[in-house]
Amino acid sequence: MSRRLETTFQRLRDKKEKALIAYLMAGDPGLAETEQLVVALEQAGADVIELGVPFSDPIADGPVIQQAAERALKSGTTLRKILASVTSLRKRTNIPIVLMLYYNSIHAMGCDQFCKAASTAGVDGLIVPDMPPDEAGPLKGPADAAGLPLIFLLAPTSTPSRRKLVARESHGFVYYVSLTGITGSKLSNVGDVQDNVKKLRKVSTAPVAVGFGVATPEDAARVSKVADGVIVGSAIVKRIASHQQDPKMIGNVAEFVRSLKSAMATG
Amino acid sequence: MSMLPDSHGRFGPYGGRYVPETLMPALLELEAEYLKAKKDRRFQVNLAYYLKQYVGRPTSLYRADRLTKKLGGAKIYLKREDLCHTGAHKINNAIGQVLLALRMKKRRIIAETGAGQHGVATATAAAMFGLECEVYMGTEDMQRQALNVFRMRLLGAKVTGVDAGSRTLKDAISEAMRDWTTNVRTTHYILGSVLGAHPYPMMIRDFQAIIGKEARKQILAAEGKLPNYLVACVGGGSNSIGLFYAFLRDPKVKMVGVEAGGSGIVSGKHAARFSGGKPGVLQGTMTYLLQDENGQINLTHSVSAGLDYAAVGPEHSLYHDQGRIEYTYATDTEAMTAFDLLACEEGIIPALESAHAIAHVIKLAPKLKKSQVIIANLSGRGDKDVQQVARMRGVEL
Repeated sequence: MSRRLETTFQRLRDKKEKALIAYLMAGDPGLAETEQLVVALEQAGADVIELGVPFSDPIADGPVIQQAAERALKSGTTLRKILASVTSLRKRTNIPIVLMLYYNSIHAMGCDQFCKAASTAGVDGLIVPDMPPDEAGPLKGPADAAGLPLIFLLAPTSTPSRRKLVARESHGFVYYVSLTGITGSKLSNVGDVQDNVKKLRKVSTAPVAVGFGVATPEDAARVSKVADGVIVGSAIVKRIASHQQDPKMIGNVAEFVRSLKSAMATG
Repeated sequence: MSMLPDSHGRFGPYGGRYVPETLMPALLELEAEYLKAKKDRRFQVNLAYYLKQYVGRPTSLYRADRLTKKLGGAKIYLKREDLCHTGAHKINNAIGQVLLALRMKKRRIIAETGAGQHGVATATAAAMFGLECEVYMGTEDMQRQALNVFRMRLLGAKVTGVDAGSRTLKDAISEAMRDWTTNVRTTHYILGSVLGAHPYPMMIRDFQAIIGKEARKQILAAEGKLPNYLVACVGGGSNSIGLFYAFLRDPKVKMVGVEAGGSGIVSGKHAARFSGGKPGVLQGTMTYLLQDENGQINLTHSVSAGLDYAAVGPEHSLYHDQGRIEYTYATDTEAMTAFDLLACEEGIIPALESAHAIAHVIKLAPKLKKSQVIIANLSGRGDKDVQQVARMRGVEL
């Protein structure tokens, strides 16, 4: 079982730093670029990589990530090829990599086979946005056996009893959804985020990472004050989208990630 | 069987609640409120009032003598859901869910629509109760069903085109789910078929079960016996489960669900989930899906927008596995033949969806004895399809 995720949060806690979790859609524009991006973003200050697995019908995602998924599918990306990329990345980097994927991708491969393959490849955790803890039964056993933490989402609409459920079932970290909405929406109220994170801390000892709607270095700085980690997705993916044919794409995205991390350190 | 689904929303291995956490509290609230309403006599009396006085229920069970004679076999009855206000069975569910939304004090209604019948029904019910209404519709379907788009707008609803994926029903549902995720505190999502996360498949089945309850009484009055066969088309599966549900415990009543065979199964251009799909999770529920080996959802095809969808209601998946209901398909061509036949023999222009059920009756009736009885669900009328059929035949209106 890998301890990369745990070690990373511990190391950052010791340094009194917050984790920057950078989201990439695997295979956008191609898997070769994704691998280069992972390495470049690590050097630019990303602490964890959240790797999206493209799905044809992503109900939790806004237009930016939907379109990235369409591009990735068009480039021939499959879950098996993504796991092969993670395997190859493990020769170059130890950055924790968590997969963000819809349940049908797992179901099509089979929970057992998928968890074994993901763990062997060097994946450090799973985020399944359309699988609340209530439905996680069939995945839990194989994930536990493979040493893959299941990371669940908590939302502003979650009731106290659901907060407890998510806190109990989530491993690695808890993903707090900063807003009532889909990925790429506009962050509204950091005060509400702070209140909810405080309530969560009363029932959970796991690190709390906040995502959905964190788009700018200023957002990242504000959110990092109230959580252990900040997840940035659509804002990164948007930069990849607008530089598809540009040889400087990777440098441009890395520069943005550097600005996020430095705002989190000084803000 | 009436115990299904279980408390987790499961029909055997199918169903469940595969949704983002943001929606979980709303689904739990909806389930609790629905179960209360179900037992609340005032709610039921109110619902019955609107179904009778506004929708026009009970709909008739019409003995189709000329069609029977033409096919030369079993006696054919049509359950005339096409006579409902707005022209299809969809209004039964829309009225029920709007009444629920009012109980939950949600003043904004959203819906998805494929053929436009559910969108029109929802826009109608929202207008009658003075609620704000927004309907999501794939741009491909908006083109096929332009008349229904205009009807929804006349009824004061906002129609929002969805230009993603296959630009049909599936994409409209995803977009409605995203809207609901964003506006869940003020908005009720009226899903149109027995799809999606629990409690929708259960609740919508219950609202549509009136079709079969009426048909059972009507056929016993007319024939003094239960029918031998029930036939209905299956998109998501609400009109079919609506007709079948009251007969599930009558083992001698055979049931056939007719999916969209499109250009044929071999062509890959179809929406026959039981002939070409396997179980998986889409839009909140575990059920039979048309998908590739990586779990990506396949594009579907049918002449009928209402059947053009990659998944089927989870309860149908269970009855398929148990063999309680037989599922078959009719191709676009067979449905068009049925469409013409019903128009010319009975003076009824069916919806293209319902024409799929009639297409199976054309195959089935001649094989049965004259003493045997078929009830086919005429789930909707074809007014909405007239423009499309004209276009297909090169006729300019």
